[in-house]
Amino acid sequence: MADPIISVRDLVVSYGGRRVLDGVNLDIQQGEVLALLGGSGSGKSTMLRHIIGLERPDSGRICVQGVDINNCSARELKALRRDMGVSFQGSALFSSMTVEENVQLPLRELTSLADPVIEIMTYIKLAAVGLGDAGKLFPQELSGGMKKRAAVARATALDPEILIFDEPSAGLDPIVAAELDELILFLKRAFHMTVLIVTHEMASAFRIADRVAMLYKGSLIAVEDKESFRASNDPRIRQFLDRIPERIAESESVQRRIRELAGVTGATE
Amino acid sequence: MNVLEVIGRGVVQQLAYVGGLTTQFWSGLTAVPRVLPLVGRRGRWSAAIRQMCAIGVDALPMVAIVSACGGFILAIQSASELSQFGAMQLVIDIVVIAFTRELGPLLTAIVVSGRSGSAFSAEIGTMVVTEEIDALRTMAIDPIELVLTPKYLASMVVVPCLTIMSSAFAILAGAGFMYLSRNMTLPIFLRYAAQAVVLRDIVMGLLKSVVFATIIAQVGCMEGFRVSGGPEAVGKSATSAVVKSTFLVIFADLFITTMFYLLGSK
Repeated sequence: MADPIISVRDLVVSYGGRRVLDGVNLDIQQGEVLALLGGSGSGKSTMLRHIIGLERPDSGRICVQGVDINNCSARELKALRRDMGVSFQGSALFSSMTVEENVQLPLRELTSLADPVIEIMTYIKLAAVGLGDAGKLFPQELSGGMKKRAAVARATALDPEILIFDEPSAGLDPIVAAELDELILFLKRAFHMTVLIVTHEMASAFRIADRVAMLYKGSLIAVEDKESFRASNDPRIRQFLDRIPERIAESESVQRRIRELAGVTGATE
Repeated sequence: MNVLEVIGRGVVQQLAYVGGLTTQFWSGLTAVPRVLPLVGRRGRWSAAIRQMCAIGVDALPMVAIVSACGGFILAIQSASELSQFGAMQLVIDIVVIAFTRELGPLLTAIVVSGRSGSAFSAEIGTMVVTEEIDALRTMAIDPIELVLTPKYLASMVVVPCLTIMSSAFAILAGAGFMYLSRNMTLPIFLRYAAQAVVLRDIVMGLLKSVVFATIIAQVGCMEGFRVSGGPEAVGKSATSAVVKSTFLVIFADLFITTMFYLLGSK
């Protein structure tokens, strides 16, 4: 197999003494779509923030295109970031700029293209996500789905090799979420991008992903293609797939605490 | 032991804050050439101009009124004492000297920190909460250069200008007072005032205003970048931007005034 485009080795992250990620290993191959699944608090957003180099891990290595992102020169990091497009959960469009200016920003900042070229490129990017005539609007004037699509247009402005999505379908109705899935598939086919999606939406993950990785309490418990993932017998995965609720109120610790509060600790034990 | 621990943690936190502020100040300062017209990156200078309007032009009415009131108050207060000695012309000297050296820069700094320092931290804090700052970093764009430096440069240009206006309005208010109380006409007042103005005082006032502008812009932005959590943290950051910058402005004022006093007495 070829060298992975993103490789995570023994990633350990803790916040305030609590281990959020505990020795995670993950390889993402060029041109594949990988969905990183996990429940709330499983550490998937943390992992994403480390892969895009926003935070430093306690230990472990993250290599993107063979370069260690926590141990490289500013110039290398800049080049890497040009090759990564990130679409954030809340879309993170700059509210003081129009949609057009949002998409233009990376082009103006990181290239020396002439203004007319930038304008054409902006229109192409916006048209590709179906927002060709929304360029003059401000982010506040867009619906949730349009914002996400505008964020995708901005993330793809510099034709990145890697496209990263944080919860693309969060807060969207099923139809708009499905449209966004189609958009991601279209981008992957059209530009041969490597796509990493962090999500807890099973339907969306199975629709677009080639492989699925699942985080559970800070560890990766599965990295496999989606058919074998769906057929998995691991109870933790089954719980996630079959939407079995955690019986919080019946757990041992809750019961014990209730007995303590009722002052019957000694009587029952 | 416990007390020592608390003190130690407090000191370390304060040192970390000062360290962060220094690093940010330095990266903000080194990015200034990229914001200047002609030599800078495109779009930056126009951002700085917009900031200048927001920080300076829009604050002018408030600075003018506050300073005029301040000048008038100072004139009344000193007149009530000085008239006992028949030394009413000294009122002019007091207003002129106090404002060029001290009150002009200080009142301006307080107005700007309340209007713009809080706005800086609220704007940047909101950008942090909505992940816009993270988005900039992932796009390989330096948030300091794009967001902070235009504000910093604009403050450095505009706050000294406002300070000059502040002193001018206070002195005019002093003229108003002298006219009302002693029927002194404006030309005569201005002649006395011109005698009282010394270049050294003006330089001192302008130096102070540049230092205050630096403090307000850097502390305001720092508080914004430090926001973590939700929207209520943005509100807190705006408050603490005003509190911290006002405190530091007065502290810096004390320092600069002492320096000039010591240098002047030799």
